[in-house]
Amino acid sequence: MTGNDQARSVLELVGVRVQYGGTVAVEVDRLEVLEGEILVVIGPNGSGKSSLLRTMGLLEPPATGAIRFKGQPVDPRGVLTARRQMASVFQDPLLIDATVFKNAALGLGFRRMRRADLAPRVRPWLDRLGIGHLAERRARTLSGGEAQRTALARALVLRPALLLLDEPFAALDQPTRETLIVELGRILRHDRITTVMVTHDRGEAMSLGDRVAVLMAGRIQQVDQAARLFRSPVSEEVARFVGVETIVDGEVIAAEDGLATLNAGGQRVEVAAAARPGDRVRLCLRPEDVSLAIREEVAASSSRNHLTGTITDLLAQGAHVRVTVDCGFPLMALVTRRSVEDLRLAPGSSVVAAFKATAAHVLPRA
Amino acid sequence: MSLLLDALRQAGALLIGGDGEVWAVLWLSLRVSGTATLVALGLGIPAGVALALGRFWGRNLIVSAVNTGMGLPPVVVGLFVSLALWRSGPLGFMEILYTPAAIIVAQAVIASPIVTGITLAAVQNVPAKFRLQLLALGASRPQMIRIVLREARLPMLAAVMAGFGGIISEIGASMMVGGNIKGHTRTLTTAMVLETSKGNFDVALALAIVLLVLVFLVNWALTSVQQRGSAGR
Repeated sequence: MTGNDQARSVLELVGVRVQYGGTVAVEVDRLEVLEGEILVVIGPNGSGKSSLLRTMGLLEPPATGAIRFKGQPVDPRGVLTARRQMASVFQDPLLIDATVFKNAALGLGFRRMRRADLAPRVRPWLDRLGIGHLAERRARTLSGGEAQRTALARALVLRPALLLLDEPFAALDQPTRETLIVELGRILRHDRITTVMVTHDRGEAMSLGDRVAVLMAGRIQQVDQAARLFRSPVSEEVARFVGVETIVDGEVIAAEDGLATLNAGGQRVEVAAAARPGDRVRLCLRPEDVSLAIREEVAASSSRNHLTGTITDLLAQGAHVRVTVDCGFPLMALVTRRSVEDLRLAPGSSVVAAFKATAAHVLPRA
Repeated sequence: MSLLLDALRQAGALLIGGDGEVWAVLWLSLRVSGTATLVALGLGIPAGVALALGRFWGRNLIVSAVNTGMGLPPVVVGLFVSLALWRSGPLGFMEILYTPAAIIVAQAVIASPIVTGITLAAVQNVPAKFRLQLLALGASRPQMIRIVLREARLPMLAAVMAGFGGIISEIGASMMVGGNIKGHTRTLTTAMVLETSKGNFDVALALAIVLLVLVFLVNWALTSVQQRGSAGR
């Protein structure tokens, strides 16, 4: 998004409700996709993400509400025309039983592109997605990653005004997934392809999203710039879903210049937030923002908060260990395996948990 | 036992000698059943697709009727087609009873539910999300159906084989509406019945061999196409 000029809206949902029988699956008051952005919709399984994406892709008419594509309302007769300016990739590659090239050219065929024009259009995309050498291979002989690359090429060759991705990496193994996320992100940003992706994985949302929307129980809870959303969730529900693990009640005891001092579980905690003394709040903290040290002196000096506590639990998760520290309230910290070994952390160990005032976030509490 | 061996030897002689009547009967059977299969495909594929993808009132009833029709006894079809084509019947004005056209009609009636039923199953077997993916890539409904049928081409070939195999070896309807008129409506199966009842086992056996070889060749050809589609490139 450059300068001050208003980014144009590619797709806009207003008062859209999708329902199956009597059950409302999704209800969106307003959601806009801006030109050139990557909007990631995250939400737990069953929150209505796929229904929302199908509606955005004009594959499923909403029960009520209006959809505007490129500023124009989509009427039933214009659906195919509008849909032909979009492309979708789903969790399963859903390839036809033909070669990689023919798969990638499928959508162009639907648009009646001349056979001679196909290769110049398709080949570069196969190369960009690293599957140029597989062009003549039959789709059913591909690995999961290669198949999904084919599905992405098939969508991208269409130069869609709107690219819709429904959990496109969910079926891939970890290394394949990580590589593909990076490569796809690079392509989408370089070509400024307007994209909506739904996923349950907040890591994917963090790495790809310009803006992130949180969908829970069919309703959009928050839409924000990705960094802001992860830092400042609007509710406890959203906070938990975006990876805040320490949520504790507190009360503001002092406040000045955007720095609030809280009493949380008997501990003094300083938080960069506008608040008034006496405010009842809820302190939110992401585990990766907390560091652990054995003694006060060696704790990160840039952190304003140093809380002393006792380790109650350690849970290994891949290369990291999730440590629960009881410091008047249970505080979650995510540290490397290496530091657990170096600091000889074990249940019962006394530690100092440190975090910055800017890392913490407060929610108002009734 | 010697009866069988004798018959086999004579059947071989008849075939190798190129008995004109055997070949005429074979040619008529091929033409009639081939045409009937084409008609059945023309009716059964659209019907099967409509039943597989459509959601309309009475659909379940029709699907049940089609499934019943897949096992329709040829004699029953023969009876109803005879009644319809009878001079005083509703289609009597066409005056095609006891002609090859009448056999085509009857055999198409037998094969259509088979083609419809197999098409229905084949299309339903393609996952709904695959159809959604095609639409999401900008396919119109006819384009989507074309790709789905192409994906289901192996079971669709089974539909062709089952349809043709069912009617080339059918006897009841051919006999009733064709009349087994020599040189006119005599097919492989009706000729076989006649020759067997006359005690001409050699001719009957020759015809039986021709029928078996024919059914085998058709299936072999279709299987080759099928296998080329599935293995390698």
